[in-house]
Amino acid sequence: MSRPSLSQTVSDSIVMARRGLTETVRKPVLLTFSFIEPVILVLIFRFAFGGAIRTPGSSYVNFLLPGILVLTAIFGALVTGIGLSDDLSKGIVDRLRSLPIARSALLVGRTVSDLARNAGSAIAMLGIGYLLGFSPNQPIGRFLAAIALFLAFAYVFSWIAATIALLVRDPETAQGVGFVWVFPLTFVSSAFVPTHSMPAAVRAFADVNPITLCVDAVRALMIGGHAATPVLGTIAWLIGLLLVFVPFAVARYRALE
Amino acid sequence: MSNSNAIEVAVLRKRFKEVLALDGLDLQCAEGQVLGLLGPNGAGKTTLVRALATLLRPDSGRALVLGHDVIADPFAVRDKIGLAGQFAAIDEILTGRENLKLVGRLYHLNGNEAALRADEVLQRFGLDEAADRRASTYSGGMRRRLDLAATLVGRPRVVFLDEPTSGLDPRSRAELWEMVRELRSEGTTILLTTQYLEEADRLADVIAVIDRGRIVAEGTATELKERVGRQRLIVTIAEPERTKDACLAMSAISEDGPAEQLDGAQLSLPMLDAHVPAAAVRALDRAGIGIVGLEVRSPTLDDVFFALTVRRVTSSEAEPDAVSA
Repeated sequence: MSRPSLSQTVSDSIVMARRGLTETVRKPVLLTFSFIEPVILVLIFRFAFGGAIRTPGSSYVNFLLPGILVLTAIFGALVTGIGLSDDLSKGIVDRLRSLPIARSALLVGRTVSDLARNAGSAIAMLGIGYLLGFSPNQPIGRFLAAIALFLAFAYVFSWIAATIALLVRDPETAQGVGFVWVFPLTFVSSAFVPTHSMPAAVRAFADVNPITLCVDAVRALMIGGHAATPVLGTIAWLIGLLLVFVPFAVARYRALE
Repeated sequence: MSNSNAIEVAVLRKRFKEVLALDGLDLQCAEGQVLGLLGPNGAGKTTLVRALATLLRPDSGRALVLGHDVIADPFAVRDKIGLAGQFAAIDEILTGRENLKLVGRLYHLNGNEAALRADEVLQRFGLDEAADRRASTYSGGMRRRLDLAATLVGRPRVVFLDEPTSGLDPRSRAELWEMVRELRSEGTTILLTTQYLEEADRLADVIAVIDRGRIVAEGTATELKERVGRQRLIVTIAEPERTKDACLAMSAISEDGPAEQLDGAQLSLPMLDAHVPAAAVRALDRAGIGIVGLEVRSPTLDDVFFALTVRRVTSSEAEPDAVSA
């Protein structure tokens, strides 16, 4: 028997993705993290910080929601890493690697099921946002493009988290390492406050931060504004990250011993 | 391939940083046999199993499973093996049945086939009642059984069991032993690693003793015991103060070395043949020495284990003890 075919790779990945979804639905912690926490974040920022932050041209909830959306994508990506390192530490990966399946099935399956979970998070957040007065005023095509960009962003960051999990291997470390890069990246961005209020050096970082670009793109696509630059910038980032992290993660997975 | 060996390993080497885990290891296992790989912690048992199960790449040497090279053709190997690692590789969030169906699907059975196969193995491993409970609610013994069940979903011809009974209570261990025997009776080749001499003795057709990445002895349990030494006659005499006389009397009839004093009134005599006990009794009787105990002692696999495996006590570790003593 030779290497698995492409159709086999796809079917193995689907089997693994279904397992990931079952896991999501059955773990109360994961459900809370995916659907309740984003809602709480929206509420905190809207009511605790919202009064103090002035945003140009739009209400704070309109400004905020795209930011929280992208933030959730990042947090959701960390879950990919935690789940994967859990499998690694429990020997499940050993079993999978001893089966005649495609090597990429676990990684593809997990990132795909996490993509579905992130889509669910997005729906929960848009729902609560709508109740708080979030009013996307752009054509439906642009709104859908924003959702697609958000999902692509979430998917690519899942691969980054997966790579880190494969490097550190245990769930606690994966979580700890995750927050080390996630916090600076999310807070030094346009997710919560406009970048023009930041000192020059910080702003220079914030302006090229993929999170800023993605948040700006989603914002422009949902509530109006110049979309082309941040959309293209985000896509460039995503392609670049995908080209680095997918092969890297797969290589790490193959090199496991 | 022109071999009837299910497993063939030749000068296999694997180094992890400073540790040479496999040091030119050679091993064969015929199809349908149970090979017990016996060795202390860190001897290289798990490394060998992982190399054979295509989980790690040896640095050099050759390893074939059913004629397929684990390095050149890992997919062919994976198609024919089942691996139960040291930790039960089950998904706790799934039920027992779902775990087995998942593995079935990954062996490319369709949904119905996977469900049927799951039913079969659940029944076989006595898990049918617990089948629809999440694996997180299973006891240690049930987890092991589920893990072994998952190993067999793909009907492997060669099964690797890495310390399958470590951490199990005696009853679960006995159940697992029974399952291994059953598997063997169906013609499955089994390589099982263990630190328990009793386990190797009871289950394995052939035992290979591994130490520091090499096989240091190989054979049936009986053959290995013979290598360590023959049976001895242990005599307990009635009057401890006459041990010297008893030693002389027994040594006089021995054709294979003198008698030794063990402790107190116990003496040990090499037992070359079946006439030794009677001759010793007569010799002691002539000397007027009473006997209160008589025992024929065979070497155990423990003796084999201790005699063949290098103790991992370096001189620096041993010194503090020597000083305090």
